[in-house]
Amino acid sequence: MNNINKKKSILAVDDDSDILLQTKVYLEAAGYEVSTAESLKDAEALLQSYKPDLAVLDLMMETQDSGFVLSYKIKKIDPAIPVIIVTAVTSQTGIAFDLTGSGESSWIKADAIIEKPIRCEQLLSEVKRLLP
Amino acid sequence: MNELKILVVDDEPGMRMGVERSLRNYRFKLPGFDEEVFFNIRMASTGKEAVEMMELEKPDILLLDHKLPDLQGLDILLDISQKKLDILTIMITAYASLEVAISATKHGAFDFLAKPFTPDELRNAVQKAAKQIFLQRQAQKLAAERRQVRFQFISVLAHELKSPIAAVEGYLRIVDKHMLGDDIGKYDTMIQRSLRRLRGMQKMILDILDLTRIEAGTKNRELTDVNITEVALECIDGVTPDAKDRGVSINLESPENITMHADRGELEIIFNNFMTNAVKYNRDNGRVDVKVQPDEHGVTLVFSDTGIGMTEEEQNRLFGEFVRIKNEKTKDILGSGLGLSIVKKLLAFYDGTVDVKSVPDQGTTFTVRLNKKDEASR
Repeated sequence: MNNINKKKSILAVDDDSDILLQTKVYLEAAGYEVSTAESLKDAEALLQSYKPDLAVLDLMMETQDSGFVLSYKIKKIDPAIPVIIVTAVTSQTGIAFDLTGSGESSWIKADAIIEKPIRCEQLLSEVKRLLP
Repeated sequence: MNELKILVVDDEPGMRMGVERSLRNYRFKLPGFDEEVFFNIRMASTGKEAVEMMELEKPDILLLDHKLPDLQGLDILLDISQKKLDILTIMITAYASLEVAISATKHGAFDFLAKPFTPDELRNAVQKAAKQIFLQRQAQKLAAERRQVRFQFISVLAHELKSPIAAVEGYLRIVDKHMLGDDIGKYDTMIQRSLRRLRGMQKMILDILDLTRIEAGTKNRELTDVNITEVALECIDGVTPDAKDRGVSINLESPENITMHADRGELEIIFNNFMTNAVKYNRDNGRVDVKVQPDEHGVTLVFSDTGIGMTEEEQNRLFGEFVRIKNEKTKDILGSGLGLSIVKKLLAFYDGTVDVKSVPDQGTTFTVRLNKKDEASR
């Protein structure tokens, strides 16, 4: 199988199993291969034997910043893996993350942050941007 | 804060000095408050000066002579009420004139002192005012705390209701766009999962209604001699279908016809919560043991299961509102996280308590104590 035809693989992590299933459906419909995990711990176990081409992570799982923690760990495995963080934090607190400034992106190890509830088009456009 | 600011307004220098002397070293404690109260005393000789000083620094108590060279005491009272200043005014009148008293009360004076007055009379009056101020402050603090708790409850509630809506909406969008093709059967899982989330939401809304009704005290309580054994048996009937599905057996150990003066609906809610939890958080083919143990002061209920159990940390969080113990073992179990909050509020009606003992993967035992209340104290 040559590289062009090989499906790109995405890791999706969310502690809401319904949102996780939906994310999987969106990404599979767009032609990606999707692995899922419902917790930080499961995701870490999965990453022992598997390297995704991109990761979509829910921010708040076991703790308020599980997504960032996991993102940091993925970047340690391979800094080239793009990470998308999904969060409802902005609409709940009014805090907006700005990844363009150097200040925040230095500790937020993510390549994109998108708002919950996830909209299929937005997710896919970010994925396509980061996985050309 | 235990220093109160007093502004003394009187055109007679002797009067101002006398007040200052009487209050300067006066310290006292109010019943129910730990800290000593003392006064920071300022003085003004005209109405105009008093108004200026109040604008600069608001006093807690105003000792106000009714007759001033430039303004009437009533003018100043009016000024205070117009500006909605939080000041307690004690009017000093040359003679106990009923007319002045009535008119001043109408305009918000807290108390009166008739000239001439003794230092003790003065101290009594300011002590009364101080007590009023501290009670007010305490009430304000409580109200603020209550607002904070309510605000927190509402924001958590909003979040808890948003999650299922987002889940169901997501599924509907997938169906709407036929993302899995035109075969309706492909969407079965999503439809079932949507219905499940909606059921969970319904349960949560009903629980919130229960909780707010209990909290607002608007829940009608009907106290009769309730047959507890009967309530237990009915409740077991209620959870039996779910228990059978998973092969869980339920055993009741109770003397016959135990009665307690109580609200039947409340006992049903209590039994139901512990029984459904014991079934939900059990393992397949496990067992639930319910014991009813009456004594002369009330009754002890014991609910034991052979379920998944909880860690110490999980047990500590258990009774908080919207707390659901989330882990690999509980992720598919539905609940509002309000059941035990409701139970705890209901137990307060019976001077009741609840204890939990749990070992992960072995089971959990809840021990509930309901006490009879004296008829007289009710």
